[in-house]
Amino acid sequence: MSNSKSEELSSDIKYTLPEEDWMDVPVRMKKGMYCHGANENSLITVGFPNPRQWSSSETNWKLPENWQDIVLTGMAERLEKYRSFHIFMDICVRCGACADKCHFFLGTGDPKNMPVLRAELLRSIYRREFTTAGKLFGKFAGARELNEEVLREWWYYFFQCTECRRCSVFCPYGIDTAEITMIARELLNLLGLNIEWIAGPVANCYMKGNHLGLEPHTITSSVEFLTDEIEELTGIKIEPTFNRKGAEILFVTPSGDLFADPGTYTCMGYLMLFHELGLDYTWSTYASEGGNFGSFTSNEMGKRLNSKIYAEAKRLGVKWILGGECGHMWRVLNQYMDTWNGPADFLEVPVSPITGTVFENASSTKMVHISEFTADLLKHDRLEIAPSRNDHYKVTYHDSCNTSRGMGLLEEPRYIIKKVCNNFFEMPEHTIREKTFCCGSGSGLNASENMEMRLRGGFPRANAVKYVKNKYDVDMLACICAIDRAALTTIMDYWVPGVRVIGVTELLANAMKMKGENNRQTDLRGDPLLGAEGGDAEEESEDV
Amino acid sequence: MKILLPFLGVIGVVMVAFVGVELLNLRYLFGIIIPYAAFITFMAGVILHVLKWGRSAVPFCIPTTSGQQKSFPWVKRDRLDNPSDNLEVIGRMALEVFLFRSLFSNTSSSLKEDEGRLIHGSSKWLWGAGLAFHWTFFIVVFRHLRLFVDPIPSVLYLVDSLDGLMQLGVPVLYWTGLILLGSATYLFIRRVFIPQVRYISLPNDHFPLLLIIAIVLSGLLMRYFLKVDIIYVKDLTVGLFSLKPVITHNLGLIFYIHLFLVSVLLAYFPFSKLMHAAGVLLSPTRNMPNNSRRVRHINPWNYPVKVHTYEEYEDDFRDKMKKAGIPVEKE
Repeated sequence: MSNSKSEELSSDIKYTLPEEDWMDVPVRMKKGMYCHGANENSLITVGFPNPRQWSSSETNWKLPENWQDIVLTGMAERLEKYRSFHIFMDICVRCGACADKCHFFLGTGDPKNMPVLRAELLRSIYRREFTTAGKLFGKFAGARELNEEVLREWWYYFFQCTECRRCSVFCPYGIDTAEITMIARELLNLLGLNIEWIAGPVANCYMKGNHLGLEPHTITSSVEFLTDEIEELTGIKIEPTFNRKGAEILFVTPSGDLFADPGTYTCMGYLMLFHELGLDYTWSTYASEGGNFGSFTSNEMGKRLNSKIYAEAKRLGVKWILGGECGHMWRVLNQYMDTWNGPADFLEVPVSPITGTVFENASSTKMVHISEFTADLLKHDRLEIAPSRNDHYKVTYHDSCNTSRGMGLLEEPRYIIKKVCNNFFEMPEHTIREKTFCCGSGSGLNASENMEMRLRGGFPRANAVKYVKNKYDVDMLACICAIDRAALTTIMDYWVPGVRVIGVTELLANAMKMKGENNRQTDLRGDPLLGAEGGDAEEESEDV
Repeated sequence: MKILLPFLGVIGVVMVAFVGVELLNLRYLFGIIIPYAAFITFMAGVILHVLKWGRSAVPFCIPTTSGQQKSFPWVKRDRLDNPSDNLEVIGRMALEVFLFRSLFSNTSSSLKEDEGRLIHGSSKWLWGAGLAFHWTFFIVVFRHLRLFVDPIPSVLYLVDSLDGLMQLGVPVLYWTGLILLGSATYLFIRRVFIPQVRYISLPNDHFPLLLIIAIVLSGLLMRYFLKVDIIYVKDLTVGLFSLKPVITHNLGLIFYIHLFLVSVLLAYFPFSKLMHAAGVLLSPTRNMPNNSRRVRHINPWNYPVKVHTYEEYEDDFRDKMKKAGIPVEKE
């Protein structure tokens, strides 16, 4: 896509505000800014309430008659179940610190995308129904009635939040819009108001083990396809195992990695790394999804999907679990899995069989991040690395929202990148690490019918990439997230053409010399290596 | 309207005090009964609210991690922004409560529209004004304790002498009073003039600020211009504190206005956003350690859920699995 096209969207971003009070501005659902409603069958598969055929673009959403009761009862229940929700409804002072932190606000200029107003959409109803001041003083106290207009507003704006938590970093009270969006989506889900891009993968994952709905034989053949590619590149034949009992490690990664590039290159990276190490590990076709779209509908559905990982680890008798590169997957694994489906007392505290390092920080969940695992290998010099094999790239690194703000995995991937490539450039300080900007497509919003919303949401990220592209000629955006790999590719094509997206493990595999490999002429995706003809480009690796 | 109404509200509060004291001579009501009632409302309201929050469960360990996690000894971790145990959480919370650390990292983003370029810069105004406001408010309230106790503890003398370091005549000029007035005014002005902040502000965001500004103004008037006799004030306030309240002297209208404004603030507090003062301490994204892979967090309402078991899965796909060479449980 041309640059003139990218000006189409950026030129109408204005941070000017309407004259009317936000409560008096009716929601205008703009095509391209929202997703299709969930199919009846997707909801029936998992037993979600109020399944029906409905269309988000029509005015009649065929709501159940007592929908207000359902919402208010649901709110009351969740106020008791979640202190976060209860407190965040009460204590916001509207200081405005969060206002310009949201990528959707920065990309649309729509004031209801300011985190504070997104929360007020729900808070206004909370005040009216659950507080004395709201009951007595109504609008003066920021309260309003729950009606269908409000419900549409909720649906539009809570599926225009990626639960990225950037606002919560700056909030003086730690108010986390992700929590509020999660609760709002649970309430919408009670009315059957999900989006198909989430509900479909949830149903797939429940029945088939992964979001894409890959059946067991498709998983093995997808992996075989990748091992063929690897053989072509390196001359090494890799034969991974599936559902193998007695393996030491179960490996779980997002199914997206098996499906489309550039995720498939990252997946080839995993296969090559584990082969090179001689790791005693297995894939599972039952627990074939690291990600968890269930967590974008309700806490309970998140738990139901997540349960497969421990169940499979137990059935196969592995010692511990290794997880691939994914953002929200790691929010779930770090902050929810053990609570939901633990204790994993049938597993052992993870120990790297290569270095002997005990992963103390995962001693209860027994699940280790691939970047932790790899950083430890590199620290102990257990891999032969030729960073010059990434010399044809100028790389920057995008922290994914969840691994940074829901975990704090900031240094490990950077350590790997710096070890395996020579040209690494950071984006500006206010756009990385805990202040990283979302890809704009997270939390189940990476559909195609909402493309304008995604492009707008990706604008702040793209802007920072453009900065390093102009300054350092950066042409590769590294990340550790499957949704990033798919979504940022589209975002880059639109906003910063010429920049591609790469998984950290792909970078590693490019640079990793395997025992008995051919003289590689290209990298994993077929790009010719610099100085590949002579084959001596690899000599420089000595001093790293 | 959003600003006018709260403004009229504060004027109304002043008028009530004026009518009640000056015209109806209800000094006992405004000097003793209302302050007691307000204080009781404040205490009971805050305690009940906190108890209500406390009854809500904390099902998950959800700190917002704003720094490097604890992983390997050779990776430098961020103890304050990504605490891994309770001690570090105390450090994070202390910095949050006393120095507004999250707000300190605030940025401001602007769009260069002609180039389509976003610029993000550090922004410390809100942090600075907020910090000045809260700290001077605290010191001023603390200073007021000398009105309630007799004899006055030495720590109060110390605060008093520090606060009055810039002695500019008699009575001693307290710099905290001026900073409080200045910072509260700034916070109000930014609410009115920064378009985004004005847009998100509710009437009940303007009201407490205006109320506090009125309290400070009436206090300054009383101290520096209308000169209420402090000895007589102390008769009443020590009496209030020792639960033997008496009104012995004519204290002047301005004193009653000040006292009534404070009473309104106290009574308003538990029903408003001012509860952020207590809420911040309970905020799960700030007061929990990021150790949920190391220590299992227990959800008190965790319940069994319906899952799709491996056995059901194998039943669905057994033939396909066997064909693909994947081991199965039942042949």
